[in-house]
Amino acid sequence: MTPVILSTDALLFLLLAGVAAFVWHARRHEHLRRPWRHVARSNIGMATAVILLAYVSLGVLDSMHFESRGGMASDDIISLFDVVASDLRERQEKTYSAPFSAWLYTKETLELPDGRVARGYPRLKWGGASLDDPLAERAADIARRALLGLLQALALSAVVYLPLAWSRGRRQRVAVPAMLRGFFIERRGETAWPAFNITLVALLLCGFVMASLAGEYHLFGTDKVGEDVFYQALKSIRTGLLIGTLTTLVMLPAALFLGILAGYFRGWVDDLVQYLYTTLSSIPGVLLIAAAILMLQVYMSEHAEEFNSLVQRADLRLLFLCVILGITSWTTLCRLLRGETLKLRELEYVQAAQAFGVRGLTIISRHILPNTMHIVLISIVLDFSGLVLAEAVLAYVNIGVDPTMNSWGNMINSARLELAREPIVWWSLAAAFVFMFVLVLAANLFADVVRDAFDPRLGRGRG
Amino acid sequence: MKPPALLRVRGLHVELGSPERPVRAVDGIDLDVRPGETLALLGESGCGKSMTAFGVMRLLPPSGRITAGRVLFDDQDLLALPEREMRAVRGGSLGMIFQEPMTSLNPVMRIGDQIAESIRLHDKENLHRPRERAVELLEAVGIPDPRRRVDEYPHQLSGGMKQRVMVAIALAGQPRLLIADEPTTALDVTIQAQVLSLLKDLRQRTGMAVLLISHDLGVVAETADRVAVMYAGQLVEVCDAETFFSRPAHPYGRKLFSSLPTFGKRGRELEIIPGMVPPLDSDFSGCRFADRCDFFQDDCRVGEPAWRDLEDGHSVRCIHPRGGPLEPASDGERTTRQWMPGQALLDVDDLKVHFPIHKGVLRRVKGYVKAVDGVSLRLDSSHTLALVGESGCGKTTVGKGILRLIQPTAGRVLFDGDDLAGLSAGALRKRRADMQIIFQDPAASMNPRMPVGEIVAEGLRAQGLGGNREARQRRVAELLEQVGLPADSARRYPHEFSGGQRQRICVARALAVEPKLIVCDEPTSALDVSVQAQILNLFTELQQRLKLSYLFITHDISVVSFIAHEVAVMYLGRIVEQGRVDEVLDQPKHPYTLALLSAVPVIDSDQRREVIRLEGDMPSPANPPTGCHFHPRCAYAMPVCRERYPDISRISASHTAACWLLEQD
Ligand SMILES: Nc1ncnc2c1ncn2[C@@H]1O[C@H](COP(=O)(O)OP(=O)(O)O)[C@@H](O)[C@H]1O
Ligand code: SF4
Ligand code: SF4
Ligand SMILES: [Mg+2]
Repeated sequence: MTPVILSTDALLFLLLAGVAAFVWHARRHEHLRRPWRHVARSNIGMATAVILLAYVSLGVLDSMHFESRGGMASDDIISLFDVVASDLRERQEKTYSAPFSAWLYTKETLELPDGRVARGYPRLKWGGASLDDPLAERAADIARRALLGLLQALALSAVVYLPLAWSRGRRQRVAVPAMLRGFFIERRGETAWPAFNITLVALLLCGFVMASLAGEYHLFGTDKVGEDVFYQALKSIRTGLLIGTLTTLVMLPAALFLGILAGYFRGWVDDLVQYLYTTLSSIPGVLLIAAAILMLQVYMSEHAEEFNSLVQRADLRLLFLCVILGITSWTTLCRLLRGETLKLRELEYVQAAQAFGVRGLTIISRHILPNTMHIVLISIVLDFSGLVLAEAVLAYVNIGVDPTMNSWGNMINSARLELAREPIVWWSLAAAFVFMFVLVLAANLFADVVRDAFDPRLGRGRG
Repeated sequence: MKPPALLRVRGLHVELGSPERPVRAVDGIDLDVRPGETLALLGESGCGKSMTAFGVMRLLPPSGRITAGRVLFDDQDLLALPEREMRAVRGGSLGMIFQEPMTSLNPVMRIGDQIAESIRLHDKENLHRPRERAVELLEAVGIPDPRRRVDEYPHQLSGGMKQRVMVAIALAGQPRLLIADEPTTALDVTIQAQVLSLLKDLRQRTGMAVLLISHDLGVVAETADRVAVMYAGQLVEVCDAETFFSRPAHPYGRKLFSSLPTFGKRGRELEIIPGMVPPLDSDFSGCRFADRCDFFQDDCRVGEPAWRDLEDGHSVRCIHPRGGPLEPASDGERTTRQWMPGQALLDVDDLKVHFPIHKGVLRRVKGYVKAVDGVSLRLDSSHTLALVGESGCGKTTVGKGILRLIQPTAGRVLFDGDDLAGLSAGALRKRRADMQIIFQDPAASMNPRMPVGEIVAEGLRAQGLGGNREARQRRVAELLEQVGLPADSARRYPHEFSGGQRQRICVARALAVEPKLIVCDEPTSALDVSVQAQILNLFTELQQRLKLSYLFITHDISVVSFIAHEVAVMYLGRIVEQGRVDEVLDQPKHPYTLALLSAVPVIDSDQRREVIRLEGDMPSPANPPTGCHFHPRCAYAMPVCRERYPDISRISASHTAACWLLEQD
């Protein structure tokens, strides 16, 4: 088990380290903390933060790769998540099967116990395999498993919250029930803990019920080659998160550098930068992306020997997609930053610095950059969901991530052919939709809260 | 027999913010405004004057609420009225104008329509002729060419005209009481004089009462019949204006007078009120002024001082009220230093700063804003030269042009014998240690994300002064102490300081590099009188100790008379009169200087001059009038004034002015 760090993994960890460093820095700076306290005060902010955190943890888990020796899978690089969900990964059926079904979705020639041969729906290898008579037993079994999951989740919540309530309550001389009320119902103090805790427990319930059911059934059915759709949807989380965040990370330096330079120095620098982004933003983004992806494909097929595994190939393509999406989308942020810098450079503290003979680049790094950070932050969270959706659209026109990579776009794209079948195969589409919808909705709601917190016009992020 | 009051406020309490820790912006106020009189509500910023007005109008901000009290207008309890009926009163018989005329007008509506809206709501008689009525009203508030102006949008009007339109809108409701919240604070003195005389005039013609809210003693002295002084959410003194300006009884009011800068107090320290207005969310016991009062005695802390009637209509909330007239201003050092020709520290010759106007797609230059158009100045070391003039005349641009924060278009700036334009970039950067600048708004001149210690050390770092990190920190602590700030300020952030303290930080930052010249751009305009006194004292003390020179940019003549040795009066990019402070202020020669000085509101009625009303506003520097720039507004304009710009006439060795009148003798 040697760890493997793919290039996107490295960037993701870099990003996480950056976030951690920022949090550490912000803890000691009141003006950085203030807008986040506003986010923490908001019920929606806290609830969506829990959901986003859950997605991020899955994504991070899925980004810790290592080489697996002697595994049965054709891929030799798997992630920690694959290990955790090895049941889901390995229980492959022959082809399509509906959610919770115990039979395949297509008829086959079966050999009956009495030796006769007939056409019918064969039993699945894994789904509902423990049941003797699925028709009669399935409903009860599902209910039993769901209840089990529910109880497990409740037990875990109790294990977490009861001792917490007890120890806190002892220090503050409050009874445990009252403490629990404070956790879940009545907000005490500034932070919206009830929203946080309620969402967390709800998420735990969902998670445990699904895990318990997935132990026996294919929750969202299987796809054409018999792979579990639930597993695919979970694996797609990493792809979505990476596209939503790495793209911004890739474009950020260029947007920051050029935007601030243009705004601060004006003159020909400004003309040049404006010319650059006006030109770039008038080329249709899809064209650029298509051209770039084609070029990459040609390159990879010519240098096939350099890519010793499918996973690495797919990863490179993902990274490339992020870069090219970044190149087509930095102009908006650049324009915003240029405008803000134009405003800031006229401010008196910048002029005071100029009066001391402080050099231009020092002024930029000390006075301008820190005061544009809120714009960067707001645009990162606002762009995120747009990029997640863009991935789906690009996959649809076949210029998205590698077809072998799990992504919601690919799930939708492959499902679209099956929509024409009679009876239709709807579960791939549904699973991708549900997972993507929850993420995008949470991200959008969270982004709204963040924007409100930083918007000086609302008078809360001032100073 | 006094007429019954038109507006009676009884025990008004207004709270803001969270109910757990409310800001008691108004904490039990009783007020009477009688028909036809002007009552001035006087006090420093943040003491609750505006909230009193908003409470009466029921226009509080969302977090505000009235927790107790009654507001009787014409014997009708306004607080008990349903909102629908209140709307009929508000803007009708109870009019209001605000400090900021820019934000009170709807930018996308013609001004005629905005007036007509008020007519539609409140004036039944003129319902059928709103447009004619709007023209009449514009005429009544003295807007020239009202027939054309009714169809214009707010952005086409100047600040003074917008404020007049606001008055016209209020008048459309035929108010019996007009509440004016700092109606002239955002305006220049000449425009302020126009608006104040308009208010006085209207009061005489229509018999309406005015509740004037102001922090400016001069404005109050010129307009008020009675005065109510407010401090920390409460009234502390109520009396008629004559009494207040001759023998105020509350220590706070007396202190306000003695902290005003005047010529008579030159060379002495201004009296200051130590500390600042206490935060209004604190729990008070005893007199709220106790911490800052010179006459404090132990019993002042025991319970809130009760009202005490001194004479008819003069009541004061103080246990040990003062009596007798104010201390007369002594004659200071009436003679200022003689003009000594010699090596000047700063010698500016024919400085020009023109900003190109770009138009069209290709952004071709279509003309220039001649912000500074040939300014010559001279400043000796350890002297103060005041640059005065209305806003927009180019004062700030002169300051920045001298320091080369803006690249001048033409002209020569000799600083300590060196031509600044001839210096290389590196040499200029070194030279910047000798010349510093302090801005008007101390909040905007500090990076909100940097602790004060780093802000003050910025110049040291940039100039490579102050040695290593520790030495620099020591120096910062020293500087902070020098401007009277506690040593632990270095670790705090700018927003934790009050306005006056912030300005001190800015002074410390400028002093760090040991400059010879400091350009002070309206450094006290954003501050209250008592705080202004502290900063002015600091400036004079530092000048004596460190031999500093100041180029002091201001529009406040009383500050000029207190601090300046020489004065230069600027109009539309050029200097029209220049000389020693006594010469220019006592014997102004240029018609513009005369008008400017006459517009300054004066407290002492003996010294009041006949206001020379200036018509209209300063023209745009993009398109200055031909000949003398002042001729469209000048009462003495002659044919030659329209053709050629006058040469500079020398009145005395130090006193010059540019006017054809002077050239004739
Ligand atoms: N919208 C608001 N929310 C909270 N506090 C406010 C608001 N507006 C004003 N205040 C506070 O109310 C007090 C009185 O303000 P104000 O009436 O505007 O004073 P003044 O008119 O004398 O300058 C101050 O302490 C000020 O900070
Ligand atoms: S009551 Fe006392 S502390 Fe208050 S103003 Fe009067 S003398 Fe000063
Ligand atoms: S030159 Fe003429 S217009 Fe100008 S100030 Fe003198 S008299 Fe007035
Ligand atoms: Mg106010």
